[in-house]
Amino acid sequence: MATNATETPDTGQHLEVIRKRKRKVPTEVSIFLVLVGIALLFEALGWIVRGDSFLMNPSRLLIMILQMSIIGIIAIGVTQIIITGGIDLSSGSVLALTAMVTASLAQQSDYVRAVYPALTDMPWIIPLIAGVLVGALCGLINGALISFAVIPPFIATLGMMVSARGVARAYTDGQPVSMLTDQFTWIGSGANPVIIFLAVAVIFHIALKYTRYGKYTYAIGANPQAARVSGINVRRHLVLVYTIGGLLAGLAGVVASARAGTGQAGMGLMYELDAIAAAVIGGTSLAGGVGRVTGTVIGALILGVMLSGFTFLGVDAYYQDIVKGAIIVAAVVVDQYRQRRRNKTA
Amino acid sequence: MATMTAEDLTPDIADYLLEVVNARKTFPGVVALDNVQLKVRPGTVHALMGENGAGKSTLMKIIAGIYIPDQGEVRLHGETLTLNGPLDALEAGIAMIHQELNLMPFMTIAENIWIRREPLNTIGLVDHQRMNQMTEALFERLGIDMDPETEVRHLTVAGRQMIEIAKAVSFDSDVLIMDEPTSALTDREVEHLFRIINDLRAQGKGIIYITHKMDEVFEIADDISVFRDGQFISAAPAKELNSDKIIQLMVGREVTQMFPKEEVPIGDVVLSVKDLALENVFENVSFDVRAGEILGIAGLVGSGRTNVAETLFGVTPATSGSIAIDGQETEISSPHQAMLRGLALLTEDRKETGLFLGLSVLENMEIAVLRDGYTKSAFVEQRRLDHECDGMKELLAVKTPSLDERIGNLSGGNQQKVLIGRWLMTNPRILILDEPTRGIDVGAKAEIHKLISKLAAKGVAVIMISSELPEVLGMSDRIMVMHEGKVTGFLDRGDANQVSIMELASSPVEPPVAED
Repeated sequence: MATNATETPDTGQHLEVIRKRKRKVPTEVSIFLVLVGIALLFEALGWIVRGDSFLMNPSRLLIMILQMSIIGIIAIGVTQIIITGGIDLSSGSVLALTAMVTASLAQQSDYVRAVYPALTDMPWIIPLIAGVLVGALCGLINGALISFAVIPPFIATLGMMVSARGVARAYTDGQPVSMLTDQFTWIGSGANPVIIFLAVAVIFHIALKYTRYGKYTYAIGANPQAARVSGINVRRHLVLVYTIGGLLAGLAGVVASARAGTGQAGMGLMYELDAIAAAVIGGTSLAGGVGRVTGTVIGALILGVMLSGFTFLGVDAYYQDIVKGAIIVAAVVVDQYRQRRRNKTA
Repeated sequence: MATMTAEDLTPDIADYLLEVVNARKTFPGVVALDNVQLKVRPGTVHALMGENGAGKSTLMKIIAGIYIPDQGEVRLHGETLTLNGPLDALEAGIAMIHQELNLMPFMTIAENIWIRREPLNTIGLVDHQRMNQMTEALFERLGIDMDPETEVRHLTVAGRQMIEIAKAVSFDSDVLIMDEPTSALTDREVEHLFRIINDLRAQGKGIIYITHKMDEVFEIADDISVFRDGQFISAAPAKELNSDKIIQLMVGREVTQMFPKEEVPIGDVVLSVKDLALENVFENVSFDVRAGEILGIAGLVGSGRTNVAETLFGVTPATSGSIAIDGQETEISSPHQAMLRGLALLTEDRKETGLFLGLSVLENMEIAVLRDGYTKSAFVEQRRLDHECDGMKELLAVKTPSLDERIGNLSGGNQQKVLIGRWLMTNPRILILDEPTRGIDVGAKAEIHKLISKLAAKGVAVIMISSELPEVLGMSDRIMVMHEGKVTGFLDRGDANQVSIMELASSPVEPPVAED
């Protein structure tokens, strides 16, 4: 018995060392493998069902990435909000509202039914700035409601989701805003949305990793009380995070209206859910404190590949939604599993 | 274990209603209970006494089936029980009244009491009328005058406490555990509670009663068991004890030489607190702390000592009174402001308000200094910070594979060192430590004590709150004792001992002695 007792802790320690040495695979890598897997699955199905390659078609890939760029821009803003432990349901509606406002300031002068006949043919920078500011203002309201009126993020942004859509409709009595200047629509032409998306991704990747802003964001999500006692002004920081989330939704609205050449109140419907899905699929934890921009970019690509792949296979849109819903739920299940494992080791 | 021994068959076994034999319970890094026993006779009130952390609550949770002991057994009427959850204990006849209330505020009194046992009518729906009648019958027995249909949220804390008691009684259990049941009650309500207890005692039930209040113990208890540091110390009929004796038993340790307190020159007053108050929590708190001095704050849990620390640090800004630093009156309304004025606070609850469990050691350590000196145009100077954190890790001998390790994977002692490091990096002039060594092993404790001494020697003014009297006595130059939100006295290092502290901490003695 006595010899056993001295041996047991030894082996126990040994096991622990081995477990620690086992190289941890970063979340991004596993998500990337999922992306590759899905793409290859469509490739195989493509050859079987249509006798055609899914991946060897640059124009299809470009369209896919273009489609995802706008949701991707929103998703990056949503990612940092979810990292704080919050949520943003308003981004799709904010996109619509900013698209309307932006388009109304980017109309051509020879268009007789311009919203502001006196404000036509303006340089592209003006509608761009206006759109981004409108988005930021919506985010600021979200943040202020959450921080100072102490309303749960779900409710505050739900209110904004409904109201912003209403404002977008009321703005022109539901009429689309068209005939936009060429220099404005250039923003959304070609691969520009992709470039903007990637630029935003790089900026926020750096901001979350290497700036005080990012460090505070993670700290608040990990433990808001500890963050406060560590001297962080949690309320002010949350307002900032939501404002930036709104700003990115605004930017997405600018890009969307430039690409479509019009502003319409029905734009961006359900985009908020796609954005949240991209973040969650990318490994951002709804519990807060965990998440990366790289993961969200991959998450957005997964959604894009699925959309494009199903269209390529000619699968009905209803079935696409069913699978998309299942994937979102699966991503959350994986997140819960990861959390439980984290808590176990803690 | 399953075999019967001669001891099990001895005739006096039936004399005890409830027995706990050789209980042992460990939590990661801490032995909460070791070789503990308890014997409760039927028809008696058995009081458990001991300091915070003596193991009373752990023992109660074992009896109530909330914790499963690593070793030992619980016997009821001489029969060994297998308790895998609170429900098992309830069904066996053991009910517990929790210190923290577990009622559902938006349900009625009757619904709360009979939850999971609702009377049903013929078609299987809840029979509210009968449930209310049952409640009224119960209340009549206990002399409680309340409407069973009132929603619990409308009740005062004392009212809720009475409902908890009624609920526990409604199980008709043989054993009732009460964990500080009077903490929220007024004198009249306490009287009422004691009437109920006397009734239950007359019915032959066993009542296990935890309290810190001496006067109560002698009024209600038949037997008293004393615990200390997770060990059973002694048990005796209340008649054979007095409060001095109990305190002796509760604190009876030798003050060991594990506290390397250095004698350092004491400087000028750095922090001066006058009549500080937080409404309904504490009041009239006044003290000075000098550079190089360690001021200990002692008191039981709930005495307001942690609240004073949080108020000084701006977590819960004071409602009245003044704080002066270096003789200059100043306002502290947020932790941010407190930090600007040179304060640092190591919080009491590591998990709740200290750690970012999901983040790395580095991210945990650097968070408080990101504000000053380590950022250049919003970008964090990570390399310099890595270097400083690495130095702090070496200084505090934090055992971690790397700074990138998730802090959740470290032991409690090492987590605590990281948190201390977080605050040392801010170069505080006034360091408030709330339970700096709670739940960590002896080795790490000694290291932290050494560090505190070193900081004081450097001229830092230290305020140290601790439930461990030897720690307070070993480390402090002066000790402030609190009881129920009031300062009950100051003791100089020379005059303080465990008994004098416990006396001040457990009773509201005459108005506080003027300090200094």
